[in-house]
Amino acid sequence: MRNISGVDGDSQGSGIMGKKTPRRPLDIIDQQPAASSPAEIAALATCARHGNKPDELLEILHELQEHVGYVPEATLPVIAKALNISRAEVHGVVTFYHDFRREPAGRHVIKICRAEACQSMGTEHLCQHAEQTLGTKLGGTSADGAYTIEAVYCLGNCALSPAILIGDRLFGKVDPIRFDSIVAGLNKEAAE
Amino acid sequence: MITVYVPRDAAALSVGADDVAAAIASQAKAAKKDIRIVRNGSRGMLFLEPLVEVDTPNGRVAYGPVAAGDVADLFSAGFLDGKAHKLGHGLTEKIPYFAKQERLTFARCGITDPLSIEDYRTHGGFDGLTKALSMKGSEIVEEVTTSGLRGRGGAGFPTGIKWKTVHDIKGEQKYIACNADEGDSGTFADRMLMEGDPFCLIEGMTIAAVAVGATKGYIYIRSEYPHAVKVMREAIEIARQTHWLGDDIQGSGKAFELYVRMGAGAYICGEETSMLESIEGKRGIVRFKPPIPAIEGLFGKPTIINNVMSLAAVPIILAKGGAFYRDYGVGRSRGTLAFQIAGNIKQGGLVEKAFGVTTRELIEDWGGGTATGRPVRAVQIGGPLGAYLPPAKFDVPMDYEEFAKADAMVGHGGLVVFDDTVDMAKQARFAMEFCAIESCGKCTPCRIGSMRGVEVIDKIIANDNRDMNLTLLEDLCVTMTDGSLCAMGGLTPMPVMSAVRNFPEDFHKQTANKFIADAAE
Ligand SMILES: Cc1cc2nc3c(=O)[nH]c(=O)nc-3n(C[C@H](O)[C@H](O)[C@H](O)COP(=O)(O)O)c2cc1C
Ligand code: SF4
Ligand code: FES
Repeated sequence: MRNISGVDGDSQGSGIMGKKTPRRPLDIIDQQPAASSPAEIAALATCARHGNKPDELLEILHELQEHVGYVPEATLPVIAKALNISRAEVHGVVTFYHDFRREPAGRHVIKICRAEACQSMGTEHLCQHAEQTLGTKLGGTSADGAYTIEAVYCLGNCALSPAILIGDRLFGKVDPIRFDSIVAGLNKEAAE
Repeated sequence: MITVYVPRDAAALSVGADDVAAAIASQAKAAKKDIRIVRNGSRGMLFLEPLVEVDTPNGRVAYGPVAAGDVADLFSAGFLDGKAHKLGHGLTEKIPYFAKQERLTFARCGITDPLSIEDYRTHGGFDGLTKALSMKGSEIVEEVTTSGLRGRGGAGFPTGIKWKTVHDIKGEQKYIACNADEGDSGTFADRMLMEGDPFCLIEGMTIAAVAVGATKGYIYIRSEYPHAVKVMREAIEIARQTHWLGDDIQGSGKAFELYVRMGAGAYICGEETSMLESIEGKRGIVRFKPPIPAIEGLFGKPTIINNVMSLAAVPIILAKGGAFYRDYGVGRSRGTLAFQIAGNIKQGGLVEKAFGVTTRELIEDWGGGTATGRPVRAVQIGGPLGAYLPPAKFDVPMDYEEFAKADAMVGHGGLVVFDDTVDMAKQARFAMEFCAIESCGKCTPCRIGSMRGVEVIDKIIANDNRDMNLTLLEDLCVTMTDGSLCAMGGLTPMPVMSAVRNFPEDFHKQTANKFIADAAE
């Protein structure tokens, strides 16, 4: 079975990608069940929505993560097979980019900018405050599973530093007091 | 009906613009006032965001920074008639911060509804492309060459020469790739343009496509910019429906399709070949050059790679002629640059000015000094790979060559201001740390050198064999500069060594004194 979804992996039409077809070292994946868990089914569907084009791998991973919350290990062979690329290539991409998570995150992911402009306005202090109030280090999740905090490097809001991003919501001039009120707002939303 | 403008720019949203827009809408309803709220881009005076404007017979009147709680008061003061209020600034275009600028690329940003093609057309949009559609490819390239435009992404390479290479090469498939990765701290011009005037970027890319015979283009936007991604995607769809994109642009028979690709949080993907890898769905490992991307770029095909600002300058160059653009600027730095004043600054924002303006003018005249009110001690210019300059060097004119002479770089035009509480040894350490985090890992001087750099600076800070370690740091920087494939490893020594040279006192602090100083804080 060459391609589970039935869409020809060569259909992206780009010459350079086409050359890659023979590079399929992990034949073992062929013996695995096509897709059993909901995450694997979601992965398959996402790939199909992108025409199983290998050049859309980043988009696919973003969408999958949006849907499942992270990129589960079990989806990697499924994606590899759908896009007709090696599992090592998918693994390489998932681990190269900071955005892709391999473990579930908290209900809210708070990205705190740690870059220079935000440093000049005390982001170091803000990071410490966030770590203390949420009881986890940057990169970790609070014990109640509500918040993951992560360091990022510039959110393009450098004239209104320090900046944080929660989902698609950007906040500027975030000092510890404002941070607490933002978190309180999220708690309230969750309670409603 | 009265038109009220409340920006949709992410920076404005970050300080409550949505709440302000909602408050204005409900207050107007309660007061039975017939108003229309336009969600415009930002005027760039970010210190005044959310900046609300009201259209009056005399022009647009500005109020800011407006909080949702101020809205009732603004209504009672009669702001819908442009009346005075403590948050009022009079006519927007007369505010000195704005009036003293030379807005070419950002001429429309903040004025129009970003997703209205009619607004765009009314304000000169698509004039450049319309002209380009009647010209030969080589003539378009010639116009861009005449303008003296140089790459705004950092390296300052002449755009016309790049385009000519792609124009002259034979190829069935060519691409235009727009670099909207904007990873440099202190920069937000690309974001502001994409959110505030997205058709301008689409027009610039389409002109590039028509010039060199490319039929597909990609805009690579970083994932930290969800608002820009959304606006660009919507704008592309609108342009498609109105035949400014697609297989027959305005009946010219020319075809151009445009796609947005989102990054995934890797600074190195701003490096052009790493970006190409990423658009192809791979790890962002930097490619060896040659071949240059103009010859073998995206999917191995001839590709123009340009920064958002380079491409967004093209419509006006075509509309008004290369000579018009070239008449701004100094030396070999022609035209304008959108400077971004950021960090510890009272009046941060975007200032578009011709080259030749000085750092001092930008941070004193526009910026008004630090936000904390303390003296300015250092400014980092050109992003995390740019130099830290002390006030003694603030009079160097913004000019690629003059900055190079001062061991600094203009880069993407971001200025990050620090007050006198900054510890420059810590900033140098961060430069190395950032390189270690963001290195693509292809070459040892960058991947390993940056980690050694952090350790060596830690020793210097701890006064452990300080002199020897300072020498070691310098050696390490030479190795990184000479032995790195790209500017990530190659330029990290710039912020590090500029900190050491310009602020030596921070690297020679007595440890004992430092403890006393820390304790006194
Ligand atoms: C580490 C690194 C990061 C870069 N980041 C960006 C970026 O975010 N945006 C950008 O336009 N250029 C960036 N560049 C420069 C690009 O490699 C390239 O020179 C530029 O996109 C070319 O476009 P231009 O000629 O219009 O400037 C970066 C370069 C390096 C080495
Ligand atoms: S200098 Fe660093 S980022 Fe650039 S190619 Fe080498 S390892 Fe990669
Ligand atoms: S440096 Fe923090 S938003 Fe740019």
